[in-house]
Amino acid sequence: MSESFWLNASIFAPLVGAVLIGFLPDGRVRLLRGAALAVTLATFALSIGVLASFDPGVAGFQQVTRAEWVPEWGIAYITGVDGVSLWMIMLTTFIMPLSVLASWSVERRAKAYFIFLLALETGMLGVFAALDLFLFYLFWEASLVPMYFVIGMWGYGRRIYAAMKFFLFTLAGSLLMLVAILFVYFNSGQGTFDYQTLLGAPFALGTQRLLFLAFFASFAVKVPLVPLHTWLPDAHTEAPTAGSVVLAALLLKLGAYGLIRFAIPLFPDAARELVPLIMTLAMIGIVYGAMVAIVQRDLKRLVAYSSVAHLGFVVLGVFVGTIQGMSGGILQMVNHGLSTGALFMLVGALYERRHTRLIADFGGLARSVPVMAGVFLFVALSSLGLPGLNGFVGEFLVLLGTFLGYRWWVVPAAFGIVLAAIYLLWAYQRVFHGEPSEANRGLVDLRAREVAMLAPLLALIAFIGVYPEPFLDRIEPSARRVVAQLRESSALPGGEGAPGGSATGDGAGGQGP
Amino acid sequence: MSIAPGFYLALAGMMFTIGAVGALVRRNAIVIFMFIELMLNAINLVFVTFARVHGNLDGQVLVFFVLVVAAAEVVVGLAIILVIARRRASANVDDVSLLRW
Amino acid sequence: MTLSADAGAHATLAPYIVALPLAGAVVLLFFGKRIGRAAGVVASGAIAGSFALGVASYLGLLAAGEEEREASVRVFDWIQAGDFRVAADLLVDQLSIVMVLVVTGVGTLIHVYSIGYMAGDPRYPRFFAYLNLFAAAMLLLVLADNVLLLYVGWEGVGLCSYLLIGFWFERRAAANAAKKAFLVNRIGDFAFMLGIFVLVSEAGTLVVGDVNRAAADFDPGIATIGALLLFAGATGKSAQIPLYVWLPDAMEGPTPVSALIHAATMVTAGVYMVVRMGPVFEASGGAALEVVAWIGALTALWAALMACFEYDIKRVLAYSTISQLGYMFLAAGVRAYSASMFHLVTHAFFKALMFLGAGAVMHALAGQVDMRKMGGLRKVMPITGVTFMLGWLAISGIVPFSGFFSKDAILASAWQEGRYALWALGVGTALLTAFYMSRLYLRVFEGPVVVPGHAREHGGVHVHDAPPTMAAALVPLALLSVVGGVLNLPGALTLEHFLEPVVGHSEVPGGLTPWLLAGAALLVAAAGIALAAALYLAPAGEARRARIHGRARVPIDAARNKFFVDAIYGRAFVLPGKALSSFAANTVDARLIDGIVNGTGRLVAGASEGLRRWQTGYVRSYGATFLLGVVVIFSILFVRGVVM
Repeated sequence: MSESFWLNASIFAPLVGAVLIGFLPDGRVRLLRGAALAVTLATFALSIGVLASFDPGVAGFQQVTRAEWVPEWGIAYITGVDGVSLWMIMLTTFIMPLSVLASWSVERRAKAYFIFLLALETGMLGVFAALDLFLFYLFWEASLVPMYFVIGMWGYGRRIYAAMKFFLFTLAGSLLMLVAILFVYFNSGQGTFDYQTLLGAPFALGTQRLLFLAFFASFAVKVPLVPLHTWLPDAHTEAPTAGSVVLAALLLKLGAYGLIRFAIPLFPDAARELVPLIMTLAMIGIVYGAMVAIVQRDLKRLVAYSSVAHLGFVVLGVFVGTIQGMSGGILQMVNHGLSTGALFMLVGALYERRHTRLIADFGGLARSVPVMAGVFLFVALSSLGLPGLNGFVGEFLVLLGTFLGYRWWVVPAAFGIVLAAIYLLWAYQRVFHGEPSEANRGLVDLRAREVAMLAPLLALIAFIGVYPEPFLDRIEPSARRVVAQLRESSALPGGEGAPGGSATGDGAGGQGP
Repeated sequence: MSIAPGFYLALAGMMFTIGAVGALVRRNAIVIFMFIELMLNAINLVFVTFARVHGNLDGQVLVFFVLVVAAAEVVVGLAIILVIARRRASANVDDVSLLRW
Repeated sequence: MTLSADAGAHATLAPYIVALPLAGAVVLLFFGKRIGRAAGVVASGAIAGSFALGVASYLGLLAAGEEEREASVRVFDWIQAGDFRVAADLLVDQLSIVMVLVVTGVGTLIHVYSIGYMAGDPRYPRFFAYLNLFAAAMLLLVLADNVLLLYVGWEGVGLCSYLLIGFWFERRAAANAAKKAFLVNRIGDFAFMLGIFVLVSEAGTLVVGDVNRAAADFDPGIATIGALLLFAGATGKSAQIPLYVWLPDAMEGPTPVSALIHAATMVTAGVYMVVRMGPVFEASGGAALEVVAWIGALTALWAALMACFEYDIKRVLAYSTISQLGYMFLAAGVRAYSASMFHLVTHAFFKALMFLGAGAVMHALAGQVDMRKMGGLRKVMPITGVTFMLGWLAISGIVPFSGFFSKDAILASAWQEGRYALWALGVGTALLTAFYMSRLYLRVFEGPVVVPGHAREHGGVHVHDAPPTMAAALVPLALLSVVGGVLNLPGALTLEHFLEPVVGHSEVPGGLTPWLLAGAALLVAAAGIALAAALYLAPAGEARRARIHGRARVPIDAARNKFFVDAIYGRAFVLPGKALSSFAANTVDARLIDGIVNGTGRLVAGASEGLRRWQTGYVRSYGATFLLGVVVIFSILFVRGVVM
């Protein structure tokens, strides 16, 4: 039990903090900020304990807590981590203090704001740690509500529309998943929601297909996969800076994580069968998201569409059925959290200075705010996958995995790296290059607080790019397990995915029956 | 010499119909109330009739229930109507449509 | 040949060769403001230190036995996923050490030159940070022991190229050129990455030596695809057809950048890569090499044609660079790898020299680049003029300057392989090269003194020669351009024998043939110079030019407009791409998908709108509905006979 202390403490620390903040006086914004920052930092410190006691060699779950909750209905409180959820949890606790720092300009109803933010953190950590379907669903929905309010109450112009759209999209998917969870509960014959017990539950292929699609609907909305993505640009654009950061860096990961943790292992046969469809959607997402990003006029929308493209890489990697793809996809989740989080912070910082997000309103900022320009370029380069920075490692592994599994199917996805360079560098040029106009002169460069929130991200971006080993080491055993579930009983040789797949490059037929 | 139950039932039916139509077409809340009373009493008459036909007291017991409920209803209802009438200087039910849509 | 960490002590210095300029870049990026004017010295010191380490490694390599010269050193494990493993290993062998010496040597001179050239720039420290970063990336590229690490350097130099072309980002043209350079290179890199995938799946490793050894067993078909993909990457980085379009625009960058990155080092990365991966190209059974050779030869001719009609002094040099790179690919395509490397080295000397000379001219003439507004400058800036003249003679292929030997080696190899068509293209290009370089030199440095208006305004001509730091780079480069040929004199073939263990042996013609070939090349060069002299130096030149232009207006105008290639690319790729993106964003996303989403919303809202009309708010209508309901239900029950 003591081994699992850190995990459970991390999950509930933000919630306890939120309750305590509830007792603070309403108007004292500085105090509230400080308290929220302290809570998130404490949570991060607790999660370090999770990382420290994590055994990289174990493929299964560790630090497991198992407590009866509603035994009559087979509901239990079960939490644990493996190589996938470990990094998601670390990413969450790492990003949250930074997004509190990014919320410095929130003055109105600050108490409620920070309470929602902290509740959100508990919700997300719960999703990543839950090993009981009921518990998982509870946290899943619990993470939806605070985000709805953060967008709807502290967002920009069309925030109500955006919040509503976000809520309805996600809820529509979630309800299908709820039905599927209940179906699994009643028909598995186990009478339990315990994830690990349900893993082996045999369902006929037809049933599996429906169940998988129900789960998939929920996760695909969250990821988001084209064509279920249109809530994302609106939600991102209208959300306050921290909302966008959390949304991009963390909430989207819930979807991809759900695919890895639940959709594939619970219904492996259906997953295997639908791989071509999902891969196609992922590739469409990569190319389509990037192309739409190219012509965006609003900087935040541009970054939002870049998320669609990046998450396409993640899903692609997860479903190609090679260890390289899976590891790369999981690492890419972390990478996207870091680089897109940083991009949203920078766009937020720009908005605070110029009160506009329209690319056309900027120009020549490299002259007036050189440090910010440098940081922006650095993050953009990470996002477009420059070797030596984190994005490259993930994207390369995903694409390599795709090539090893499916040969020339990789081409459209790989072309995404060209498109990424186009939209990011073009946007960079329009914002930072050229002669600054009157309004763009004399802006304040990055402040100490902004440096404090960006520096950890930048450091990690460089670190993962140069030395991804500590991450990949811990990801690999768990990734290998999921890959095995995806490929089990399939005709493809070898578990490694290195040479040999389908030698001459026929694509789709390679996998599945 | 006893009157056949059919007559009682026909009378009750007429009373009920008059009550229902009246409750639907009149607009004064107090008048509507009176028509509702008429409908209730039509039901009471039916109960009493069947109690006599069957030769037991079940119907008569139910009549007491109806009377009590009707009394309670009149108390609450008249109070509401009185408050509305005070506020709006009318007991017209068509004026009271605030909760519509 | 063994590949182990402790085999060669000379490899142990390799990490520091890369780390030194990298450290310089980091220091200058973070503390540039505090360092200020000393930045140039710091950066030059870093790269000079690298050069010293390179020399030490070279000496160590010479001291090592013939068999132990190839040595790699592990810095750390980089990426591992499943069977796929890549480490940050650096490889020191004859090929990489040559590149290291060129990069650090020429690089040091250009750093020193920049101290003078960039003296007035407000972002002086930043410039040197970028230069150092470039040097680090380039050194990583040439020292990489595996293709993925090479790719890191490959994109790293591309990034530095982007940063330095766009160094004066306030100018729209510079910002555009920077972006264009990066994007065109990205297209090449996209192909390169696919090529890497082919190597991984075929060889199961990315270590250069292992891949090359495994290449012999590749299926020729897949090897051809892989090699061509790699070569597509090279066409981007080394500005070959069809991806050469970025290099002329890249001249928007500061001139030292053009000299270092866009002439001497970065653009040669593609050549280096092809030479490095030679066995992979050969494994395709000749098909891939055929493409390399032809692309090289055609690019050489194509770019030379455009160079003949360009007025911008830097752009002439840019086209010339493209053309000379074409020569190198031509050589690599006929397996004359050491001839290719030889030309790479001599070209680095004389082209860097000429770029720096052009920079000195621009520095003196307040940024003027139009050669029609210059003339006779040798008289007012003798150091620049004389050194430039030496570079001109070298590139034109006049004996005994370095360019003569290296170009001759390439042409001789083509002849020896029996590739007479390629040889003829090469000779034709040599004629054009001699012509356009003479045109440039004669217009700018000979004849009567002409300087542009604004350089004269402030009381007479105040055109000055290169300041000491700039001259300090010009003179050594001029010397190297003159004597660079000794690296690989016919007969001795020093470089050839040095590189042989890495790139393999290639035949050179014997007997009378080499003399005839050399004579022909010399004749062609002389003809080109004579033609230029007749048109640009002779008093009647202007009239002759007008006559020629009158007769061949259409092709000449086409050449002046870069054969409309930029416009064609714009129409064929950029515009449709933008249109498609707009369609996706404004129609598919906003109308179709969001239309469905919002349509669903509106449908629900509309249905509710209709339904709420039933809620009149009149008690009696509710009552009537209720009554009606009762009647209807009872009627149904009655008809069915349930009641009564």
